[in-house]
Amino acid sequence: MGKSMSKAYVLGTGMIPFGKFPDRTLADIGWPSLREAVLESGVPTSSIDAIYCGSALGGMMSGQRVAKAIGLSGMPIVNVENACSSSSSAIAQACNAIAAGKYDTVAVVGVEKLTKFGGGTLPLENEDWEVTQGMVMPALYAMRANRYMHEFGLTPKQLGEVSVKAHDHGALNPNAQIRKRVTIEEVMAARPVAGPFTLWHCCPTGDGSAALILASQKVAKKHKPAAVHVAASEVTSGKYTNGYRDMTVAELTVRGSHEAYEMAGIAPNDIDVAEIHDAFTIAELMYYEAFGWAKKGEAYQLLSSGATSLGGKIPVNPSGGLLSRGHPVGATGAAQAVEIVRQLEGRAGKHQVEGAKIGLTHATGGGIAGFDHGACSIHIFAK
Amino acid sequence: MSNYKKPVPIPSVESKPYWTGLKEGRLLIPKCGECGNFWFPPSLHCPHCNAANFSWEPSSGRGKVFSYVVFHRVYHPAFSEEVPYVVALIELEEGPRLISNLVEIKPDDVQCEMPVSVVFEKIANNMTLPKFRPAPLY
Repeated sequence: MGKSMSKAYVLGTGMIPFGKFPDRTLADIGWPSLREAVLESGVPTSSIDAIYCGSALGGMMSGQRVAKAIGLSGMPIVNVENACSSSSSAIAQACNAIAAGKYDTVAVVGVEKLTKFGGGTLPLENEDWEVTQGMVMPALYAMRANRYMHEFGLTPKQLGEVSVKAHDHGALNPNAQIRKRVTIEEVMAARPVAGPFTLWHCCPTGDGSAALILASQKVAKKHKPAAVHVAASEVTSGKYTNGYRDMTVAELTVRGSHEAYEMAGIAPNDIDVAEIHDAFTIAELMYYEAFGWAKKGEAYQLLSSGATSLGGKIPVNPSGGLLSRGHPVGATGAAQAVEIVRQLEGRAGKHQVEGAKIGLTHATGGGIAGFDHGACSIHIFAK
Repeated sequence: MSNYKKPVPIPSVESKPYWTGLKEGRLLIPKCGECGNFWFPPSLHCPHCNAANFSWEPSSGRGKVFSYVVFHRVYHPAFSEEVPYVVALIELEEGPRLISNLVEIKPDDVQCEMPVSVVFEKIANNMTLPKFRPAPLY
């Protein structure tokens, strides 16, 4: 989104509580969110110009299957696959189309049904060299954790505190998949998965959906004059390297966040609340540094100071994040956006961040050899 | 060797010389004939400058553990007797990194930056895998 282009406004949000719904179809997981977003927006369905649907593993025509369940069909529907950034990338496509003047009202839905795989780690692309050798996402992040611990002296217990904070928040969120607190002792004693991670260091797999109605300023003025707007919308891909890479720097998020801050014309400390991609505990700490909230190697000090907890100066993942709210891959970016919009509108409930005016979302992922990650999408929302 | 139950690599157009080299006790990696870049995993073009002119050069087989992970979960039944085992990201002296297993060391003793050297493990008549063992400082 160029700086001079016109902004997108958020007229409606929808989301279902994340969980495991093996008996429901992908369409039945998706449509309740889309319906809620449409009804909340007050926009007649006949004026929805296009739909972008983000899903990583939902299969062909996910968007058409979801939309037809609430009588939406005939408009352009584009399905977006960008691994964990699928629905955040879909939001970016919607923002681009509105900014370009192509559409006035666009629906975005993120939907995923991971229970169809029967549990376990995410199925990855077998063409990848490391994937054929057995690489799985927990292992990828565990390597980062071991390297980070080696370089900066972080302990497994300190790493586990990320999970404690996440579940403290998620316990307050009725839409979270895991609505219970955990103690550091429980985190440490849980079943080991990929050393140094125990089960509580890893986000759960599950099903879910979330949706938004985005509109041009012209439509926003009519339906919702005080709507939250998108101040920055950014998608980037990882830079391929076949040799040395500093595994403790999330280079993709570093580049993406710089671009997003510049688009929004703000500095890291202007962010009041953020939903970031804590697929595993180490990720949250690395992203504190990538977003400029902590210096390199000092992320744990920020966490332990309480700054990123509810009530702190920059609450991170008030929803519980991926670790507690859950991570139905393609739905995550839209769910983060729904959370941040509701935070800025002061209707987040028990996990409300008081007085939040600027919020950030960040979804990144895709495990392929030679990359930090395959894709990353960052949005900044403002009142 | 016929009782080897773990997945066996399937050489591709890109990787065939790599697997052939291993069978002969050599760890070969592609080196660009234009820019001199070494790379891995195998591909038919230099990912640095896109040249198709390259050669397979023997690596010294020396490197270090850049990072590692201890697998506790059994993702394939043939590994059920082996958990917990170590998967390491080896950084070769020449620069490229590759994923391998560490042998002759307990999971608890593995550390980042530990020097290692390649060993060749024949798993079938037609297939040899590169693994790494702790090496003295060189």
